[in-house]
Amino acid sequence: MNKKKSILESNVLYTIVAIIAGFLVGAIFLLIAGISPAVAYGKLFDSIFSKPKYLVWTLVYASPLIFTGLSVAFSFRTGVFNIGAEGQFVIGSLVACVLGIVLKLPPVLHALVCLVAAAAAGCIWSLIVGVLKVKRGIHEVLSFIMFNWIAFYLSNYVVNLPGIHRESSEATLDIAENARLLLPEGIRKALDCNAAHWGILFAVIAAVVIWVIIEKTTLGYKLKAVGFNRNCAQYGGINADGSVLTALGISGLLSGLGGAVQVLGMAGRLSQFAGQEGFGFEGITVALIGGSNPIGCIFSGIFYGAMKYGGSKLSIVKAPSEVVDIIMGCVVLLIAISHVFKVFVLNAAKKKEAK
Amino acid sequence: MGRTSHMDESKVVIQMKDIVKKFGDFTANDHINLTVHKGEVHAILGENGAGKSTMMNVLCGLYKPTSGQIFINEKEVHFNSPKDAIDIGIGMVHQHFMLIQPFTVTENIILGMEPTKGLSVDKATARKKVLELSERYGMKVDPDAKIEDISVGMQQRVEILKVLYRGAETLILDEPTASLTPQEIEGLMEIIDNLTADGKSIILITHKLKEITASSDNCTIIRQGKYIRTVKVSDVNENDLAAMMVGRDVNFKVDKKDMEPGEVVLEVDDLHAKDYRGVEILKGFHLNVRRGEIVGLAGVDGNGQTELVEVLTGLRKAESGKVTVLGKDVFNKSPKETFANGISSIPADRQKHGLILEFSNEDNLILQHFEEEPFSNHGILNRKAIKKHAEKLIEKFDVRPRGCAEAPAGTLSGGNQQKVIIAREVTNDKELLIAVNPTRGLDVGAIEFVHKYLVEQRNKNRAVLLVSFELDEIMSLSDRIEVIFDGQITGSVPGKDADEKELGFMMAGGKTNE
Amino acid sequence: MNGLIKDLGLLINATLIATPPLLLAALGSCFSERCGVVNIGIEGMMTIGAFTGAVMGLTTGNGWIAFLCAGLAGALFGLIHAFVCISCHADQTIAGTAINFLGPGLALFLCKAMYNNSSDTPAMDPSCKLPKLFEGVFPTGSFWNNVLNVYAVAYLVFILAFVCWFVFYKTKFGAHLRAVGEHPEACESLGIDVYKVRYTCVILSGFFAGLGGAFVTLATINQFRPSVIVGQGFIAIAAVIFGKFSPEGATKACLLFGLCSGIKSLAAQSNVVSPNLISMIPYVVTIIALVLFVGKAHTPAANGKIFVKSK
Repeated sequence: MNKKKSILESNVLYTIVAIIAGFLVGAIFLLIAGISPAVAYGKLFDSIFSKPKYLVWTLVYASPLIFTGLSVAFSFRTGVFNIGAEGQFVIGSLVACVLGIVLKLPPVLHALVCLVAAAAAGCIWSLIVGVLKVKRGIHEVLSFIMFNWIAFYLSNYVVNLPGIHRESSEATLDIAENARLLLPEGIRKALDCNAAHWGILFAVIAAVVIWVIIEKTTLGYKLKAVGFNRNCAQYGGINADGSVLTALGISGLLSGLGGAVQVLGMAGRLSQFAGQEGFGFEGITVALIGGSNPIGCIFSGIFYGAMKYGGSKLSIVKAPSEVVDIIMGCVVLLIAISHVFKVFVLNAAKKKEAK
Repeated sequence: MGRTSHMDESKVVIQMKDIVKKFGDFTANDHINLTVHKGEVHAILGENGAGKSTMMNVLCGLYKPTSGQIFINEKEVHFNSPKDAIDIGIGMVHQHFMLIQPFTVTENIILGMEPTKGLSVDKATARKKVLELSERYGMKVDPDAKIEDISVGMQQRVEILKVLYRGAETLILDEPTASLTPQEIEGLMEIIDNLTADGKSIILITHKLKEITASSDNCTIIRQGKYIRTVKVSDVNENDLAAMMVGRDVNFKVDKKDMEPGEVVLEVDDLHAKDYRGVEILKGFHLNVRRGEIVGLAGVDGNGQTELVEVLTGLRKAESGKVTVLGKDVFNKSPKETFANGISSIPADRQKHGLILEFSNEDNLILQHFEEEPFSNHGILNRKAIKKHAEKLIEKFDVRPRGCAEAPAGTLSGGNQQKVIIAREVTNDKELLIAVNPTRGLDVGAIEFVHKYLVEQRNKNRAVLLVSFELDEIMSLSDRIEVIFDGQITGSVPGKDADEKELGFMMAGGKTNE
Repeated sequence: MNGLIKDLGLLINATLIATPPLLLAALGSCFSERCGVVNIGIEGMMTIGAFTGAVMGLTTGNGWIAFLCAGLAGALFGLIHAFVCISCHADQTIAGTAINFLGPGLALFLCKAMYNNSSDTPAMDPSCKLPKLFEGVFPTGSFWNNVLNVYAVAYLVFILAFVCWFVFYKTKFGAHLRAVGEHPEACESLGIDVYKVRYTCVILSGFFAGLGGAFVTLATINQFRPSVIVGQGFIAIAAVIFGKFSPEGATKACLLFGLCSGIKSLAAQSNVVSPNLISMIPYVVTIIALVLFVGKAHTPAANGKIFVKSK
């Protein structure tokens, strides 16, 4: 009985239910659009699992998402809401891209410089918002949204600057080979994936590091204490403002790294965009599906990466790839209200037991 | 007191019969009965958590009873919403005022029942009605002032006018004196008298025995959700009421051995500080506390006690003055530094400052020490040591349920949460322990527990500063009582045989004859 | 001199085209934020409105019917947001984020499903669009034609802003909605149905956002494209904060942001300043405004907080 109860109480169960329900809603829309869900979903899973190289692509797609997911999850756990992961991601990719183009450095070092600079840039972009929150009491959600758009237009601006912009294109020049994070050519050939890069490894390492920080260290204790109850933490001698800044800084750093991994790994250049790319917002979904647990984010990031990669192949069967957005939007909504179902299910279980 | 009763025993206005209210498995009200007559002041007495508020929320339509009947003017009624209760003439004045801060007095009073003219709210008529009512019952209010700008006393009058405006015949007052000054309490008693003289009935929820004997006709006692009995107030004294409330004879006296106070531990001199609005609230405050004594700081809420404690514990920066602990300067130091210099405290609000409810009890117990060995080493927490520490304290301080080291603090009852805080702070064993309203919201057993540990600290030759709004608590525990009014000490008396009237006089700002 | 007046006319014209969608969305946002429900899903609701407007314009050929349908589509998303936030007590920011996924996702999905896998709808015949008020009254290109001959809805929107102000401050409903956003428990104790007021407001916010989105597809341009709504929803939220959560303040802020947008579209032709830099102005201005004034602005006290009805 106890085991059953612990299953019913587990958030994983509701997440899985939410994902299934998301697919069902997606199926309804596919039916409305006159597309067989079996065909569309068949294609979706086929494009993820049918060949080893597809799985490699899934990991390529997942890498930046794990980073933004970690960024948002870390912020959730420390009591702030980093809805600005989008902007930090953009700034990170912008800095990495520019340095990747203009600097001339030896291999490894060049990539390292770009990564560190992007992490720092993401961190600073987030810290500005943190300082506004701490010093002027401005709610972080508001300023993050503003900073997302400032980053977006700044990136588009820089992409078009002379020396960065590639003539008669919508993108920048290519990033120097030395700055790229691609796996050695032999391995890429063996994997049959041109864009295979180190990002997934970095993402897993980052997830483990973040998990250790949250669960095992005094830093994590401090940040969580302030996140849960700022007054009590202060009373206990913890510098609350400092903690908020640290939390936002680390969160921004992760998103910045995600941006760098994407541009130095898969993309190789930065394009001008008509709308926000959404890696940061997708990070919110990744964090929610991962239960705000860093290790959970690895799996939810891979799940989302698979959906994105598989979704991009849907046009082959004439199914709009946006069905993935619909599914993911529903999953987020359902996870956001999963507590209602949880109470409902637990009550029902209790009643059954009473009988 | 010379109070005249306006009760008309021939007319029953409210009758609650066998009311049961369950929340899940928890029974908050277990067959409660209540009968109120026209013009009566009927007190409801019970400890915190006895079910008084639940009962009143049933009567004013906020909760639906699980079973039982309500009769108004001898007709059975079923409330589906607060509106039904309002329409039938029941109005509740909540302990925590239900006022919209940025709205004016008039806007608050008419909210939900606005007179209209065409599409728009008829503000002129509304204002006139408010003034009429306020004159009729002698309740002075400024109809155009915003709530955020008026005093607590006036806010309460607005709350009462709000229910009168809705045509209430029965007014439920929930702990109405909790944050009033003695003069404001007197004013409230006059208002109650005016209202009953006009034929209104009053239900007074309180745990202050003195107010009951001073103002009420009848008193219904409830205990642990159950109806105990209804008594005629003129037939009983305060001790009888207390015994009925708690269910056994209570001895509010605390046993203390005589002690000679030692050297000065805390010294506060000419302290000036501002409150959150930037208004000066501590105006040249002086205080000292010695080893081996409990100093009680008595006063009505809002006279600077909160700010004083915040300054002493480093949560608030003062403007000027001197604060030392055993001669070491702790003026405007951070919480960490004041703690290191010998000040620990049991905060007033255990859920706001005392505990991180989402954290486990073991994590709460190392709040000030998580960066020290053995609890952590080079920034890595030592879970084993943390758990061992927690288990020891949970045992010693009788925190229940046992084995709750890893459970979130939020899952404990209020009394056990307070035990966790006391375990932490007493174990800190600092030179000075500040306790702010340490027994608020606790049942009698837990109160005795808290008092025992405060006295124990004193007997260990530590200094204890007790800040409390409960005069009884101050009088039974303190070796010396200091009275604070308007940010200054207005008087000092030995704790032994302190006179309540004299203290009350000083708490209202009167100086003692020297 | 003549050139200057003509430029001024063009600028006013561009402002009057850019402002209505912002203002509509901002008025909606005022309702939602003031009643205590944070709605960052405005952007997604605008996108749905933009798409619905275009589709209905193409199918019915009547701009006004299309405009109304777009509002209803937005209202449907408002209802979803209301249900999730009010009845299910979900985190309002997360729910809004989900709406921002769903709105554009659904719009593009349906667009591709309906129009042969194209992410743009076909262009509309001008007769299907919303009408201009003084078509042909003034000579083309003249100052007065630029200033006065704008879409009739633009005039309506400003009247609507006044109506909203009246509703907020003069009517019973307005008093209730403001009170519910400050202290829902107090309202409940007075017999005001908090859920009902909040549902009404959040659905209204979706309706207005839908109208705002449709203005872009039915007036500004003549079709739906993935990039028709790029940040307008967020600018509208910024305007509401900048305007201290009041319809009159939001109106002023929207005019200012509309002017920024007008400058942008003129500057884009002259190529002097990068349009990307000009696009940043509303966001930067909002941050500066927050830094300078936020201490004095009163945020609705219960905004974003979950309210659970008593049982």
